[in-house]
Amino acid sequence: MDLFEYQARDLFAKHGVPVLAGEVIDTPEAAREATERLGGKSVVKAQVKVGGRGKAGGVKLAATPDEAVARATDILGMDIKGHTVHKVMIAELSPEIEAEYYVSYLLDRTNRTFLAMASVQGGMDIEEVAEKTPEALAKVPVNAVDGVDIEKAREIVAQAKFPAEVAEGVAEAMVTLWKTFVAEDALLVEVNPLVKTKDGRILALDGKVSLDENAEFRQPDHEALEDKAAANPLEAAAKAKNLNYVKLDGEVGIIGNGAGLVMSTLDVVAYAGENHGGVKPANFLDIGGGASAQVMANGLEIILGDADVKSVFVNVFGGITACDEVANGIIQALALLAEKGEEVTKPLVVRLDGNNAELGRKILSDANHPLVQRVDTMDGAADKAAELAAAK
Amino acid sequence: MAIFLTKDSKVIVQGMTGATGMKHTKLMLADGTNIVGGVNPRKAGTSVDFDGTEVPVFGSVKEAMEKTGADVSVLFVPPAFAKAAVVEAIDAEIPLAVVITEGIAVHDSAAFWAYANAKGNKTRIIGPNCPGLITPGQSNAGIIPGDITKPGRIGLVSKSGTLTYQMMYELRDIGFSSAVGIGGDPVIGTTHIDALAAFEADPDTDLIVMIGEIGGDAEERAADYIKANVTKPVVGYVAGFTAPEGKTMGHAGAIVSGSSGTAQAKKEALEAAGVKVGKTPTETAKLARAILGS
Repeated sequence: MDLFEYQARDLFAKHGVPVLAGEVIDTPEAAREATERLGGKSVVKAQVKVGGRGKAGGVKLAATPDEAVARATDILGMDIKGHTVHKVMIAELSPEIEAEYYVSYLLDRTNRTFLAMASVQGGMDIEEVAEKTPEALAKVPVNAVDGVDIEKAREIVAQAKFPAEVAEGVAEAMVTLWKTFVAEDALLVEVNPLVKTKDGRILALDGKVSLDENAEFRQPDHEALEDKAAANPLEAAAKAKNLNYVKLDGEVGIIGNGAGLVMSTLDVVAYAGENHGGVKPANFLDIGGGASAQVMANGLEIILGDADVKSVFVNVFGGITACDEVANGIIQALALLAEKGEEVTKPLVVRLDGNNAELGRKILSDANHPLVQRVDTMDGAADKAAELAAAK
Repeated sequence: MAIFLTKDSKVIVQGMTGATGMKHTKLMLADGTNIVGGVNPRKAGTSVDFDGTEVPVFGSVKEAMEKTGADVSVLFVPPAFAKAAVVEAIDAEIPLAVVITEGIAVHDSAAFWAYANAKGNKTRIIGPNCPGLITPGQSNAGIIPGDITKPGRIGLVSKSGTLTYQMMYELRDIGFSSAVGIGGDPVIGTTHIDALAAFEADPDTDLIVMIGEIGGDAEERAADYIKANVTKPVVGYVAGFTAPEGKTMGHAGAIVSGSSGTAQAKKEALEAAGVKVGKTPTETAKLARAILGS
């Protein structure tokens, strides 16, 4: 889960990373009081989860509270690279800046460790720095057990060749940033820029944080950081039912068991769609191993509630769960939806393979549900589902 | 021969007395796995009856190993306690720990991986978030259905559980030496490369099927490894061509970030290494059949 800048700022402040004062607002009028609280001047910063907002006009200085209201009026509702601005941060004006740096910690999947990155070339896109002047970006592996103490932080700072007069201050900031990374179960904490001010302070002026959703069991505060307003309504509804669902832009609804099989199903449907007017998968939905009638009903309800869906492909490989249970689950799920008064009109193509496949297929055939078609191979079923979606 | 797991493997189950542990211990026993114990400090000294097979419960992995000679542990421990359980297995120096648990925080898996390294990697870790591994006809350590296929000469390594089952099913008449589910998390113990190396060295494996998915660069690195080190034919499959950028597709590690981790890049890397890559699981199985002439 990627956070907004103001949320990153709050987490930095919580763990001692030096930041400026700032508060988030969502109406222009609130900019006045917020700016007054900061002594009458502020920076109005668009809160969007995309880079390049400064160039897009999303960051403006306000010399008076009235000006802050005017700037917030301009920025709220602005579109920045497809992201609408719903919130702005009213931030304290930075003291005069002498230098801009870059520091971050992230997961290095390739080496199965954490990585510290630091550069004296801050304030710009770090991927650009990495590409054009790779020698200016220090990358230092951080062992997850040992972590970052002040000694390790000094090593990182030395490798990045920070000037002597800021080295200790940056190292101290690196230690607090590591604390943020670990305590919040983050996958990424990035400060860009980290600045040296004329009055000799080290400050985190902008930052990015991405959190590990698998750690929610021990991070009860993280749920409140979710941007629920921006979530797709179908994704939000699926999440409320504990379903692993991602909305896509096609017409064939997909239900399957197991993340890999569902990803594969999307691909196979997209290939099949090439022969049927270019129809595509409408979603990713993994109902997991159990695939009980209730879970199947929950999944079908989400998918049938998607106006884009023209046909549904249920692709299940019976592993531990036998296909006869899955087949019964599908029939019961349709009955459950009928009981709830939901009119199901979209055709379902069902492919069952694996454990007790014959029995499962027989159950589907015997049930003779007008909307359910059985196709016994994955590629064949994908083709049928694509054909039905294209015909609608 | 097979890889990592044979009929001689003595298996313990950490988390055996929980609902998932009980269900799958029973299934593993039915597949012929030599399960010699469970671990639960609160139930040490008791035993559990699985259809007439009494499995003793020990207080620790170390004690279980001392009393039974166990050399494999399968972990069904909830995410909050998984790190401690894996660290315990590493401390006991059990040769193989198979971590089935899904939903482990990355800071925990990175920590136990770093810990295993610091302890000299005496414990091979498979997973987390994996279905485990099976050597058909000999032993089953995890949740892969034991009755999909029979012993044979194909080796399989996969990030995905259900695609493992699908592929075993497609090629069930040929059979498998071993099938290893390495898991879909961003940080895993045993990698594609580790399994490829083991299958290359295994005299009972003639062909290797490698299944990958979006996220990370494990498949690209496996391709480099195959080019330099693998003489046996390798057939590949990659899932997630239609996955949008920036969305996690079920597995915590299955995410395309910017332009990295795409299925297309993985397919191209594998093909450049001489691996035949199928468009669908069924087509992949056909490629394997064509090479084996069956």
